[in-house]
Amino acid sequence: MKKTLKILALVLSLCMVIGCFAACDNTADDETLTDGNVVSDGNVVSDGNVVSDGNVATEGNVSDGNATAGDAADDVALDYSDIKVGFIFLHAPTDSTYDKNFMNAVEEVQANLGLSDDQVIVMSDIAESEACYEAAMDLVDQGCNIVFGDSFGHEDYLIQAALECQDVQFCHATGDSALAEDIPNFHNAFAHIYEGRYVAGIVAGMKLNEMIENGEFTAEEAKMGYVGAFPYAEVISGYTSFYLGAKSVCPSVTMEVRYTNSWFDIDAERTSAIALIESGCKLISQHADSEGAPKACEEYGIPNVAYNVNTINMGPTTALISSKINWAPYMTYMIDCVVKGEAIDTDWCGGFNTGSVELTELNTAVAAEGTQEAIDAAIEAFKNGELHVYDTATFTYNGEALADDFQADVVPDAAYTADTDVVVDGYFAESTFRSAPYFSIIIDGITAVVEG
Amino acid sequence: MSHVAPHTEPIIRLSKRDTMPAWKGILVRILGILLGVALSSLFIVLVTDLNPIEVFTSLFDGCFGTPRRIWNLFQNTAILLCISLAVTPAYKMKFWNIGAEGQVLMGAAATAACMIYFGNTINQWLLIPIMIIASLFAGMVWGMIPAFFKAYFNTNETLFTLMMNYVATQIVAFLITYWENPKGSNSVGVINAATKAGWFPYLFGKQYLINIIVVVLLTVIMYIYLKYSKHGYEISVVGESENTARYIGINVKKVILRTMALSGALCGIAGLLLVAGSGHTVSTSTAGGRGFTAILVSWLAKFNPAVMTLTSFLIVFFERGAAQIATAFRMNESLADIITGIILFFIIGSEFFLNYKVNFRHKHKEVA
Repeated sequence: MKKTLKILALVLSLCMVIGCFAACDNTADDETLTDGNVVSDGNVVSDGNVVSDGNVATEGNVSDGNATAGDAADDVALDYSDIKVGFIFLHAPTDSTYDKNFMNAVEEVQANLGLSDDQVIVMSDIAESEACYEAAMDLVDQGCNIVFGDSFGHEDYLIQAALECQDVQFCHATGDSALAEDIPNFHNAFAHIYEGRYVAGIVAGMKLNEMIENGEFTAEEAKMGYVGAFPYAEVISGYTSFYLGAKSVCPSVTMEVRYTNSWFDIDAERTSAIALIESGCKLISQHADSEGAPKACEEYGIPNVAYNVNTINMGPTTALISSKINWAPYMTYMIDCVVKGEAIDTDWCGGFNTGSVELTELNTAVAAEGTQEAIDAAIEAFKNGELHVYDTATFTYNGEALADDFQADVVPDAAYTADTDVVVDGYFAESTFRSAPYFSIIIDGITAVVEG
Repeated sequence: MSHVAPHTEPIIRLSKRDTMPAWKGILVRILGILLGVALSSLFIVLVTDLNPIEVFTSLFDGCFGTPRRIWNLFQNTAILLCISLAVTPAYKMKFWNIGAEGQVLMGAAATAACMIYFGNTINQWLLIPIMIIASLFAGMVWGMIPAFFKAYFNTNETLFTLMMNYVATQIVAFLITYWENPKGSNSVGVINAATKAGWFPYLFGKQYLINIIVVVLLTVIMYIYLKYSKHGYEISVVGESENTARYIGINVKKVILRTMALSGALCGIAGLLLVAGSGHTVSTSTAGGRGFTAILVSWLAKFNPAVMTLTSFLIVFFERGAAQIATAFRMNESLADIITGIILFFIIGSEFFLNYKVNFRHKHKEVA
């Protein structure tokens, strides 16, 4: 028996080696094919520092997305039935609320545009490694015109694939390199989610005010807790806007931040929330992808503001509201661009106006009176461009207002060099020079505890 | 069993089986896999409404559908096989090394460190040898620490190696805070994307070929080492009985340390292949649980490196195929995991029936 097994194993190893060389030849053929394809140079997007923006009125460096798209339509127009879109998700949508949020958008877009199941391929649990490159190339092999990646760490691998397959459009959510890389078929997208968080902050601030009025604690004791994933611009920008929203209605508020050092860790999010509650926080919010914090809040009877999903069923007596990014407008936009043969913006950022930023249903059983009116007013002000989250008059950094020549690290580099003047007309212009957030300073009133 | 009254034989009794002819063994295994396939088909029909034939077609499609998928299949097999080869000498010595995950991570981290710090200053042809030495050394140290404590203080190596995994994960997480870009993102990204410094060359234009060749060579070397070398013999003796080993003059401490050094170093090589040969990045999930799957591969093959090519191939085949099932039918990955689980259960089950006979009372019926 041992011998037979050995022989079998040997034969298999041989098959393996021969298989490799066989595969070698085949791929070589494939590559010639790809090389033969004509690359449309028409897709080059105007120039460097332009972020299209559905939200803020056109001014200075900000241009309106649809205007840029028009002038580069060399491609032959397609029909929706010619479209095939591949999605790459970091985790399974059944586990992670972050990927679930993308999956909801995919399903919505698929239904709206009448795409069949064959036209929409979703690959989940794709790690931020060469697995992402392989998944992207596999989607290209399957005939996708568009490949979409949902996680920040997918970016480098999508760029690698984009350079090899110039006739396929690669769209990447939350990334920061498209403008700097300037590859015609690689695009970043994000949303002005900090505006949504600011509005959620107003809801939180009004709740704090209500509790102060009820004599539950004094105005000086009004401290919020925030469970963040990583000490990273996207998270810092997010909690700062939440804090400023709360501060706009409850001036004495302070905030304590704890990081879990993971995007998805139910236990860590739960224990961080509890630690914050025990250190005196009267209200908790979070930027991480599990249900750990909202459930802990319900147990302790502490109001909670969540992210991306409606948590009212998890915390009927404590959940207030959630801000969320709705990716459907962008997905519709990128598909429409390909159908019309237009160029997709290199860097796209949606807001309340495009329907990309939303607030979920307000839990009126928990929220303070008049909250809905305040929400509506703030959203209206954002839509009109009257309200700016990081107004330098409303916060201080190291005891001083932010200088007009303050610079942030917008162009990615290894040394995190601050390279761009970001204070425009008295406010820090977030997601204007690049869709991915770059507000990464910890302002006064917020204490961040770095763990791990 | 001995407490049972003398005259009543137990209803079911297990007894060790004598060796059976090879063809019978293979037949039982094939039968086991077929039964597993049948049961998972039943599961698919009952739970999901899908056509099981389509589901299994897509399993094959996921592995062999395109040349790219075939490459991926072999690349993943090669990495898993490499780690399985690494844990095998330790297991043969009955040293329960479940720390391969951490040893791979340390090798990966060492490789990444060389690429990041020397990538722009050292010539490519000097850099790669440095990376090889660094990854070997890092894995080796990580393997030898628990071996040292086992050899000199008789600590429990299972717990020790397991905990070393967590330490390695934390070290990598710590290093990432230095290497990440942008700050706080926890993502190192592709290292030396522009210069490709420290990347293994693409042989014949194929990225993974070098990984596959390295592992094929390692398999042959490991086979010879375990089977024909004096070291291999010493490992077997220490594994069978430490006292016997001592009696015939084998320095047990030395063998434990030497074998774990080898085991760790090979894990380090796996880390090197993962960073320099394929991913060009490092994260806490670089090893991706392969350090644990490798244990299964090694045991299923009864520590025979040649058979391990088969078992690692089988596991990766199901893994890749299962992922395709999840994608093609928009099912949760769990469906794929369940199918893989059922089939693996039957494979392990057939090993059991190959080693043991089930005897029922009075009649001697074999269940195989």
